[in-house]
Amino acid sequence: MKGPRLVKLGLGLAAPVLALLLAFLITSLVLVVAGDPVGEVWSTILGVPEERNIANILNNATVLYLSGLAVAVGFRMNLFNIGVDGQYRVAAFVAAVVAGEAWLPGAANTVLAILAAMLAGAAWAGIAGVLRARRGVSEVISTIMLNFIATGLVAYFLRRVAVREEGSNDIGTKEIPEGSRIPGFSIGDGPTEVYGFIFLAALAGFVYWFVLNRTRFGFDLRATGRSTTAAVASGISVTKMTVVAMLISGAVAGLVGLPLLFGDSYSYGSTFQSGLGFAGIAIALLGRNHPIGIAIGALLFAYLDEQSNPLQILVGVSPDIVAITQGVIVLTVVISYEVVRRYGVRLEQHAVARALEADRQEARA
Amino acid sequence: MPDVAPAVRLRGIGKRFPGVIANDDINIDVARGTIHAIVGENGAGKSTLMKILYGVQAPDSGTIEIAGEQVSLSSPADAIRHGVGMVFQHFQLADNFTVLENVVLGAEKLHGIGAAARAEITRISDAYGLGIEPDRLVEDLGVGARQRVEILKVLYRGAKVVILDEPTAVLVPQEVDELFGNLRELKAEGLSVIFISHKLDEVLSVADEITVIRRGTTVATVDPAGVTSRQLAELMVGSELPSPSTESSTVTDRVTLHVADLSLPGPEGPGQGRPLLDAISFDIHAGEVLGIAGVEGNGQAELVEAIMGMRPGATGSIRLGGVDLDQLSTRRRREAGIGYIPEDRHRHGLLLDAPLWENRVLGHQTRKPWARLGLIDRKAARADTERIVADYDVRTPGVDTLARALSGGNQQKLIVGREMSGEPILLIAAHPTRGVDVGAQAAIWGHIKQARREGLAVLLISADLDELIGLSDRIEVILRGRMVGSFDPSHVTPEQLGSAMTGAGGAA
Ligand SMILES: Nc1ncnc2c1ncn2[C@@H]1O[C@H](COP(=O)(O)OP(=O)(O)OP(=O)(O)O)[C@@H](O)[C@H]1O
Ligand SMILES: [Mg+2]
Repeated sequence: MKGPRLVKLGLGLAAPVLALLLAFLITSLVLVVAGDPVGEVWSTILGVPEERNIANILNNATVLYLSGLAVAVGFRMNLFNIGVDGQYRVAAFVAAVVAGEAWLPGAANTVLAILAAMLAGAAWAGIAGVLRARRGVSEVISTIMLNFIATGLVAYFLRRVAVREEGSNDIGTKEIPEGSRIPGFSIGDGPTEVYGFIFLAALAGFVYWFVLNRTRFGFDLRATGRSTTAAVASGISVTKMTVVAMLISGAVAGLVGLPLLFGDSYSYGSTFQSGLGFAGIAIALLGRNHPIGIAIGALLFAYLDEQSNPLQILVGVSPDIVAITQGVIVLTVVISYEVVRRYGVRLEQHAVARALEADRQEARA
Repeated sequence: MPDVAPAVRLRGIGKRFPGVIANDDINIDVARGTIHAIVGENGAGKSTLMKILYGVQAPDSGTIEIAGEQVSLSSPADAIRHGVGMVFQHFQLADNFTVLENVVLGAEKLHGIGAAARAEITRISDAYGLGIEPDRLVEDLGVGARQRVEILKVLYRGAKVVILDEPTAVLVPQEVDELFGNLRELKAEGLSVIFISHKLDEVLSVADEITVIRRGTTVATVDPAGVTSRQLAELMVGSELPSPSTESSTVTDRVTLHVADLSLPGPEGPGQGRPLLDAISFDIHAGEVLGIAGVEGNGQAELVEAIMGMRPGATGSIRLGGVDLDQLSTRRRREAGIGYIPEDRHRHGLLLDAPLWENRVLGHQTRKPWARLGLIDRKAARADTERIVADYDVRTPGVDTLARALSGGNQQKLIVGREMSGEPILLIAAHPTRGVDVGAQAAIWGHIKQARREGLAVLLISADLDELIGLSDRIEVILRGRMVGSFDPSHVTPEQLGSAMTGAGGAA
């Protein structure tokens, strides 16, 4: 039984590796066409990161990981939650307000704010879930619209509750008190700390895996994703599952902005990072909705982002080139998984055929 | 005409899937202008072979000759170009399109989409006696007519060889006779028909030649005049041909299922148009099998789904062993003791891309021994799947195999095994032996009779009138959503039932 296992593992790794190679190849072609120095670009990006960069990569990956998980929850049920972007911004804003008001002391305040964020994210995504379940509105359309509304809504309320930061034009919510922040830790002696939230993200990954693969609820969710008609016949209420899946996806999306909020900015301002939801879609695809796969995808994207920063200074090429690579990866991943799957099937068939042939020879002898 | 090349010649065809040899050294000659039947037990490799001939799957070895020319078929388009067409068991028509639109879809280049296409459809329909009107909506057609549309679709694309995979499984006897009439017309025009069936009497009556496949390889090609169905069955499985026969009645006076005044409005809404179900009432007692006879599409599917709680608009009252089901969800109804063998196993019975053990859990998510504290115990689920695989003779390499990889009959056996487990008090069985071979059919009948002796109530829906008559204690005929007649199976013939089903005859 050892051999086939190894082959399976090898094939599992072959797919993403093939996808990456393809993506690098295509990016190189773009560089060549643009007349940029291909070799120098890659040697800059693919170098070993320095200690202070590692902290940045881990931090960035933590955020991307949560975003990928949020999208993956929907994917497992064939729901395409494009609204993670809006959901996490609404949620981060709510959390910032709650934490800034500090109704509770210390860590209790933190817990309350995290719960508030998850509730806000869930509620925002839940709108799309209810529209889908009750009215049949595609969640793709509704979540895109909700992203727009989220932008306006948050900007509007930010103005209402904002305090102006000293000596700056930026406005933001009240700062979270010291005692309610989530402390980070440093690796080596780099200046940047790794968010303490990284452990919560890992926990979220474990919970995701456990709920989907070990619980009845997870079974129902996956069954609905595979066939709604069979799910209905088996006694699953598909409308309820649709709403619940969107609520969960939104609750996880609510966590996306929190590592930044509790570990870095301590308030929600007009410059709070946006666009993290879309990266989540690519990462969930790359990681095939598997918690470990998503982690690897998140680390890879964070690594590419971090390593491309000095491109402009060192070789005079815009760091946007890695956005092309990241985009292309999403395409090549889909292709290479299919190619490898077919190859695997053929391999297995040959093995079976050989085994059976041997059996027959034996029988004849 | 010994110098004429056969329409199809298959030599040494082999095809492997993980863990199974589906085809191994298959040799078949199909002569021009003949009906060639292929028989074999579930999983013998019949569908696989036909998919190879239709270019859906590539063979691992062997050669295909069509009209004397060796060909390699890498897609259905290739096959059609060489004059091979196939009608799958699951129809592939778009319901809300007309016949004309369905036929020309994807073949617009042949005769356009207008008058020329309509003329061609009418010509083919007349030439082979198919009786098809190009402008009817497909959703208004019965099963038999839909099948003729599928056949016409294939002929329209110029097929000289028509493959039919279990075409009679969904038909009632009258429709089967019509279909065979059509096939004889095709043959008279020099076309060749290859058809698969588990109903050996039919095969003997219509085929010119019969090839038997056992465990992936051709074991014999016989002349129907020289064999009996019993001999055929023995060639296939090495066992005797079973026949359903009711034993002494086990009907008790305890009502298990009580259905009163069950109605379901049609698509136009309540009070408008013809309702799908119209004031249906009946009781089934413990130990009783109630058979529902009807031409497909007369409300059987709706009746079953209403009892299962899958039809929100249904009115009336349903009680199961004293429990009022009306307000209960599908899951609660299943938990109350209903086993459900759905009519369409792919749509309602299986997760095709999930392993067998997950399919074992499907529909029984809340049952012991695997459901504990909201968790699913995989070991317990696997073990019980192994039990079903053994008890119901499901041919599979293992319980982690995907349901999609099982042959149609083996998928059915898994579903039957699953729904008979957990001691249901009511079994709703829609076509429980559809697509299973004669041996497995006998085994399934045996299981149902056994459970009936132990007090199971069964609502049986079947297009196979012999099965219906053989298993039922009472038969109700359903026509356009209404119960139109009650029959005693010990005194009714398939012919009488058949005419009641089409509304031609009265109740006995
Ligand atoms: N896609 C697939 N992947 C793996 N195994 C397959 C696949 N399709 C068929 N098989 C296997 O090949 C064998 C032959 O299957 P096939 O569907 O040809 O049987 P069949 O003779 O049509 O049976 P039935 O009468 O039940 O329809 C079976 O053991 C089945 O499990
Ligand atoms: Mg088959």
